[in-house]
Amino acid sequence: MKVPPGVSTSDFSEALRQFEEVVGKEWVFTSDEDVAMYRDAYSPFYGEADELVASAAVAPDGVEQVQKIVRIANQYKIPIYTISTGKNLGYGGSAPCYSGSVVLDLKRMNRILEVNEKNAYCLVEPGVSYFDLYRYIQEKGIRLWVDVPDPGWGSPVGNALDRGGGYLLPQFRNHFDSHCGMEVVLANGEILRTGMGALPGAKTWQEYKSGFGPWIDGVFSQSNFGVVTKMGFWMCPAPDSYQVGTVTVPKYNDLTQLIDILGYLENTGCTNGMPFLGSPMLARGPIGEQGPLADPELTALLNDENGPVPEEMDAYAEKKGVHQWSCTVSFYGGPQANAGNWEFAKEKFSAIPGAKFTDGGAYKLPLTPEVQAKFNLPQFGIPSLQMFSIGARSAINPTPGEGHIWFSPIIPRTGEAVFEANRVFRQAAKELGLPVPPFSLPTCYWERAFIFLFGFPITHDPETNKKNRKAFQQLVKIAAEHGWGEYRTAPAHQAAVMDTYSFNNHALLRFHETLKDAVDPNGILSAGRYGIWPKHLRDSHTWRSS
Amino acid sequence: MNARVVIIIGAVLLSFGAQRCNGQEVSRSSAWTRTTISGQGQPKGYVQFENYCSMCHGPGPGQPGTMALQAKYKGAEPALLADRTDLNGAVIKAYVRNGISIMPIFRKTEISDANLDLIAEYLTRNNKK
Repeated sequence: MKVPPGVSTSDFSEALRQFEEVVGKEWVFTSDEDVAMYRDAYSPFYGEADELVASAAVAPDGVEQVQKIVRIANQYKIPIYTISTGKNLGYGGSAPCYSGSVVLDLKRMNRILEVNEKNAYCLVEPGVSYFDLYRYIQEKGIRLWVDVPDPGWGSPVGNALDRGGGYLLPQFRNHFDSHCGMEVVLANGEILRTGMGALPGAKTWQEYKSGFGPWIDGVFSQSNFGVVTKMGFWMCPAPDSYQVGTVTVPKYNDLTQLIDILGYLENTGCTNGMPFLGSPMLARGPIGEQGPLADPELTALLNDENGPVPEEMDAYAEKKGVHQWSCTVSFYGGPQANAGNWEFAKEKFSAIPGAKFTDGGAYKLPLTPEVQAKFNLPQFGIPSLQMFSIGARSAINPTPGEGHIWFSPIIPRTGEAVFEANRVFRQAAKELGLPVPPFSLPTCYWERAFIFLFGFPITHDPETNKKNRKAFQQLVKIAAEHGWGEYRTAPAHQAAVMDTYSFNNHALLRFHETLKDAVDPNGILSAGRYGIWPKHLRDSHTWRSS
Repeated sequence: MNARVVIIIGAVLLSFGAQRCNGQEVSRSSAWTRTTISGQGQPKGYVQFENYCSMCHGPGPGQPGTMALQAKYKGAEPALLADRTDLNGAVIKAYVRNGISIMPIFRKTEISDANLDLIAEYLTRNNKK
């Protein structure tokens, strides 16, 4: 039996016995075989002595059981690490941040407590997956959409707490922002409800977010201050119609104006679907366009020592009769409004000389299966796992890795920043001995900032993983030196990323630590999550560089 | 860093870029528009397979598991697990509990031993006795 660090074998045995009393013997996992199932399948430390592994796992099926487990953990000072569905692959999976923690596996708490069609919200437990919620609303014929991330097997609660993103209208795409009210078990076993939930008998827990007084929901995301056992979410009333169109622009430097106009259209509510930036030069095309132009001349231009030269790219595009950039915009709503908004978008984009437009079609929702097959399912609130086809073995990827983690910095939503980030990451890749990535375009999940997503492969070769870990952390630093921060990261890199958020001698991290010491004095909850360590482990674990 | 490592990283970076590009245009199966999985008239374990496995190992384009097995066997074995006649129940369980390639581990709180038995029974139903 593996014992958590700092805990005596006798205390641990007694705690496990008490856990069994709470949840039943079947739901306390202690055998090597069972505990190994809590490994992070995509661990950057896979198979190494430093791999983050659990000592045991306990799986409650209700909030009262969570309270009892937390109290037992407090009594015996057992570190516990909470997961919801544990499918946070690429960002940690089901493994703890502090090796030897007992995983508090909330997968069995999978109740959909309420779906309110009239006011378009739901209240769910952490073990509910996007697939579960989608099936529930479909089976009951409820006219609501769930904003789903790429992988549908995750948990709305877990994904929101990790601040994941989706594909629908802007007010739903940021999953934490779209939540409304939560229930939290604190480290002392007390239950706290946030927002209107603090008012006994509240009639608007899932309808008014902030309640009265300080709005503290944010401190329970990307943190370790409590165990969230319920969360409300605002859902999207099923839209009537969908329309999509693409603008293309001819010049390399048009990207800047293209993004500026896109920002105006999004932030005035003209376009409400998730936009998509593409280029026929970069294997990123709008609907109807396929793949990269396979041309050695283009490859040479893209791989220029100092990055693509605008004039040369323009000359090439003109010669080949192709455009430089495309932006696909989409509209959910009434058919006339969608058509009008697309006309207005075209008028605005026409400010760019040479802008051309392609109508992608207007569709009554729900789509027919034939039409739906042309689109990305999450754009219509339908969960899927098809994004995993990227990393899976395939004709173009015959020797896949064993998983991936994401380097995912947030950069300004400007063309200038896109060009600069490409220059910086290109140079960094060269210096770090990484393959130089092709010119990359960001993803438009958030309306006010871009996110770059670079996949780092996970292998089962420790030497390779070690080199990649080092390179990853150097990239984090290089990004920070340019004012770009990671939005989320795997446990292996959480302390390093938190270290970059260091304004005024890490005032923010010091505040987190003050809070941690106050609400979880024994430091039992998810030690190390997002770089927040309890007092007794702080000196040995905090990355803090200065 | 050796050449093989570089190729793998390159492939992943490139392929992620490619997929993001194709995000809106590749054919997508609509398997998950189906909601109620009926076991009526179906072999034992069918419902469990559909519930837990078919989102990757189902028919249609863009299914990661099916795609990977097509690339691995190149038609020598069916890419669809449900069409195989040579699977071994113990091996199926080992893959589910340990993961393989990018397929992660499935814990007992996700797929119970009883449901995993049913899935194995379903996938070996056509084996020659």
